[in-house]
Amino acid sequence: MKKFLSIAVASAMVAAALTGCGSNPSSDSTAPTEGTEGNAADSGASAENAAEGGAAAGGVFKIGGIGPVTGAAAVYGQAVKNAAQLAVDEINAAGGINGAQIEFNFQDDEHDAEKAVNAYNTLKDWDMQVLLGTVTSTPCTAVVEKTHEDNLFHLTPSGSAVESIQYDNAFRVCFSDPNQGTASAQYIGENKLATKVAVIYNSSDVYSSGIYQTFATEAPNQGLEIVSAEAFTADSNTDFSVQLQKAKDAGAELVFLPIYYTEASIILGQADKMGFDPLFFGCDGLDGILAVEDFDTSLAEGVMLLTPFAADAEDELTQNFVKAYQDSFGDIPNQFAADAYDGIYAIKAAIEKAGVTPDMSASDICDALKVSMTEITIDGLTGSGMTWGADGEPNKEPKAVKITDGAYAAM
Amino acid sequence: MSLLSYLINGISLGSVYAIIALGYTMVYGIAKMLNFAHGDVIMVGGYVVFVLASGMGLPPILAVLISMVVCTVLGMVIERVAYKPLRMAASPLAVLITAIGVSYLLQNLALLLFGANTKSFTSVVTIPAIVLAEGQLTISGETIVTIIACIVIMVGLTAFIKKTKAGQAMLAVSEDKGAAQLMGINVNGTIALTFAIGSALAAVAGVLLCSTYPSLTPYTGAMPGIKAFVAAVFGGIGSIPGAMIGGILLGIIEILGKAYISSQMADAIVFAVLIVVLLVKPTGILGKEIQEKV
Repeated sequence: MKKFLSIAVASAMVAAALTGCGSNPSSDSTAPTEGTEGNAADSGASAENAAEGGAAAGGVFKIGGIGPVTGAAAVYGQAVKNAAQLAVDEINAAGGINGAQIEFNFQDDEHDAEKAVNAYNTLKDWDMQVLLGTVTSTPCTAVVEKTHEDNLFHLTPSGSAVESIQYDNAFRVCFSDPNQGTASAQYIGENKLATKVAVIYNSSDVYSSGIYQTFATEAPNQGLEIVSAEAFTADSNTDFSVQLQKAKDAGAELVFLPIYYTEASIILGQADKMGFDPLFFGCDGLDGILAVEDFDTSLAEGVMLLTPFAADAEDELTQNFVKAYQDSFGDIPNQFAADAYDGIYAIKAAIEKAGVTPDMSASDICDALKVSMTEITIDGLTGSGMTWGADGEPNKEPKAVKITDGAYAAM
Repeated sequence: MSLLSYLINGISLGSVYAIIALGYTMVYGIAKMLNFAHGDVIMVGGYVVFVLASGMGLPPILAVLISMVVCTVLGMVIERVAYKPLRMAASPLAVLITAIGVSYLLQNLALLLFGANTKSFTSVVTIPAIVLAEGQLTISGETIVTIIACIVIMVGLTAFIKKTKAGQAMLAVSEDKGAAQLMGINVNGTIALTFAIGSALAAVAGVLLCSTYPSLTPYTGAMPGIKAFVAAVFGGIGSIPGAMIGGILLGIIEILGKAYISSQMADAIVFAVLIVVLLVKPTGILGKEIQEKV
């Protein structure tokens, strides 16, 4: 009886898997579902449909994406997945890249390096030619080793650690960590937000400690005094009473949080409980804090973050993007969505510049794109006149936003 | 002043550890097994309150009571289904490994049901914070409730064991299972009761933990579970006052270590202290003096 049951379960699972990635004809392929379940299956299905449409005209470029659509950084992966799909659909509707359609396949990595490498292998089995990903730094640093080995063109929308693009095949849309740390110190200094600054950072995360180091180097040049710098690790990321108490005792006027939003939401709550009310300033990792389930957004009132994208910007490109995103997915896009959208268009521009075709191998495409990537100029959501250096870093201006009335507002 | 604040935070954190450690220590005392799934019962308790209070809008007190009932039933079911058959048949090691398995099962079930996204837990405590010394020292409502709950549970549990028949039965079973059975004590029933009490306490600990540190994930119970286990060993496993003292000391050491030595090394310091204590006193702080093990 038990054996029969397990066989039944196994065959049911196989059947489900087959229908998932194979022939799911239902549902509008342009709109991936909101929920976390069945994402892989959905993007697989939509890619399949796109493939059928594009096969007639000049082949299909296979672009893979990797990022956390579940887990502690899910807000980022979801945003990247949605926005990249939006850009892909726009490009396909407008005739594709030099007549070739794009297939986009997004895999979940749960913000975990091992799972990201697994996702990468899955995408390679799918014959990916260009990778948009990964979304977060630590997994990206692991995956870049693989893309370098395979000589596959790698553009991360938001992996900001230095090591995330350490090879010549890798580029990024967002700022690097050193860049963010330096820019944060400069922004605080130039706008005279505070002179006594406390820092709470995650020493077990390359993103966080990377920003902290350059911030600490730049701070004295800006007349900032770091009165307390306290770390936490992934295993002790719920109790911040000590770090906050130290910042409070040291008389900090501003607390710099180069961390992700999950911990930041706890820090804001605990600071409020102990009656500590400094300015809070963060980097792009804080983007998404308003989307934490059940989080009291009034706690985040007045929090500032350095990010190149504000959804309420007046320009036409941003407005159109925000509207299209809201129509498709129901929420206001964050910086990660904008990075991903720009990333897809950057890939398009680089492909057009290099004149590569879908029938070329991933390695040949990579060799052509890593040259053409440094020659293109993009007017995107996260900056106008963006260019890239051979080191993979973008050149653009940082901007800051402030959380006002439960929404991100440009400053 | 900041030392005082650290101490209060330490006692608060330690009180949560102590309540969790009670579950470990009672089960160990009676069934002679380490219930590694205990930490995850805490997480289940947290999710039940989250769903009832935040999702369905029930009053927090009611949600906590329902959560205690759910965890009690869960603890008894785990004991009945996973541990009891093995306890009869296999070596203690098999039960230990099963407990680790149950722990993963609970975590993955929570992943499946609630997803891996962090939930921001709304505190069930409505008592306002006490502000002393012109804002220099703030004691949050959660801290007060946690410490009071810890004391009440400690006193209640001791009274239960000393004064009631069921409590006396627990004592007897922990001393000698065979002899207790000969005296007409229902050993299996007593063990089930122990699991029930331990799991109800886990629900309380879960609520207090999530109220103080307002985030809830399927892994919320794992680290506090391990720390509470350390606290139970630290205080002398099998001893109820030992679990209490061990828990509170551990909380204070963790917070003070974080404050005065290194905020990164807090966990390493906690475990280093455990090693030192065990080297000096292998049975834990109260391990030997207290003969009555429950």
